[in-house]
Amino acid sequence: MSQETKPKSEAEFYQRDRRLHPPALTPDYKTSVARSPRYSMISLQNSISEMTGPVFGHNDIDPVDNDLISNYAKAGDPVGERIIVHGRVLDENAHPVRNTLVEIWQANASGRYRHKKDNYLGALDPNFGGCGRTITDENGYYFFRTIKPGAYPWRNWVNNWRPAHIHVSVFGSGFVQRLITQLYFEGDPLIPLCPIVKTIPDPDAIEQLIAKLDLNSTIPLDSIAYKFDIVLRGRRSTLFENRLEGN
Amino acid sequence: MPQKLDYLRESASQTAGPYVHIGLAPGAAGFDIYEQELGWDIAGPNATGERIRVEGVVIDGIGSPVKDVLLEVWQANANGHYAHPDGGGPVEDGFRGWGRVITDFETGEWAFDTIKPGPVMGRNGRMMAPHLNLWIVARGINIGLNTRMYFDDEAEANATDPVINLIEWEKRRATLIAKRSERDGKPVYRFDIRLQGDDETVFFDI
Ligand SMILES: [Fe+3]
Repeated sequence: MSQETKPKSEAEFYQRDRRLHPPALTPDYKTSVARSPRYSMISLQNSISEMTGPVFGHNDIDPVDNDLISNYAKAGDPVGERIIVHGRVLDENAHPVRNTLVEIWQANASGRYRHKKDNYLGALDPNFGGCGRTITDENGYYFFRTIKPGAYPWRNWVNNWRPAHIHVSVFGSGFVQRLITQLYFEGDPLIPLCPIVKTIPDPDAIEQLIAKLDLNSTIPLDSIAYKFDIVLRGRRSTLFENRLEGN
Repeated sequence: MPQKLDYLRESASQTAGPYVHIGLAPGAAGFDIYEQELGWDIAGPNATGERIRVEGVVIDGIGSPVKDVLLEVWQANANGHYAHPDGGGPVEDGFRGWGRVITDFETGEWAFDTIKPGPVMGRNGRMMAPHLNLWIVARGINIGLNTRMYFDDEAEANATDPVINLIEWEKRRATLIAKRSERDGKPVYRFDIRLQGDDETVFFDI
């Protein structure tokens, strides 16, 4: 039987370039020591189980979910620097990843999370929840309005401080694209000192997680803006696609 | 100089950290913010197939339960179809096949209710035994861990599953197989995940 070409949506994904991701064991980030698998992973070629993934729609979320300044406010605005975080979700072929769910969570301006396990002495803000979500548009574009998070201390070495960061979770169209990462802010002196940042072995890959000040996208007299593009794994072209299924 | 390839590079992973619940399961973090949280109903009301419960614990290299894990489940329906445009066929109305599960903060135990999936067509026309795809994140896990859960009452299908058979060390294959029992007349599968040690669960680079 002849080779069959597949529509783009079914093409296999490029293998993940593990050289730019943190390895499981990174002793300077101490929690990884007992939580890192030691055997080699088994490499799997894509089957339908890996190439598909959950589909989300606008019914799943509320339009205000991407506005962290208002989505938890009780009696006024949260305190702190008002920012816009925006950008595109792209794949490695630079194609937009459309209609995909982007979720974020973060500390408030004091560096405190609204979480029952966080007991840092930075004050909770009654008007700030610290989570948001949105779905990318036809161009892969997304945006959030939020408060710039503060740095916070954490127990690793006695005096470690996380650079200001926003946690970001993205889906893509296949389960192999599932990714959680963190967004950092241009110019933060804590970035090169952070053992969690430094789990990433590749300096360019670290740079890629630093959002850049984007003066053109600020709202004058209201909010400053940072641009942050997210790249998910790409798919092969259809031209020489091997058949995944046969009969 | 050779020509440049102009591919972009995937964004690097970073740990989900200890407060992942705020973003992905805020109710568990202790506050209500969204109208609806995502991923709590995997199968929906109309799915055919056997209703099952899956439970377990994630165990670290010391032998302690990991109490701040978040797992995501991705599974086919009873006909082996995924709820996706390329999922192999239709699924029941309301069947999503995706779920989010967090551990109990005190014990590390997690559990979810779903339906047992059917066999799924794999590569080169080889049938894959019924399985759940799992993705595990937590503080101290730098990049999400992928594994699969198979069912011990599917011994025949498991024996020919192309993924299980990729694992050269036969003894390690057992780490992917959940054990069935009954509780109050309902089937319960136990699936403990070991991050390290002799019985380290098989993880996949997918
Ligand atoms: Fe954090």
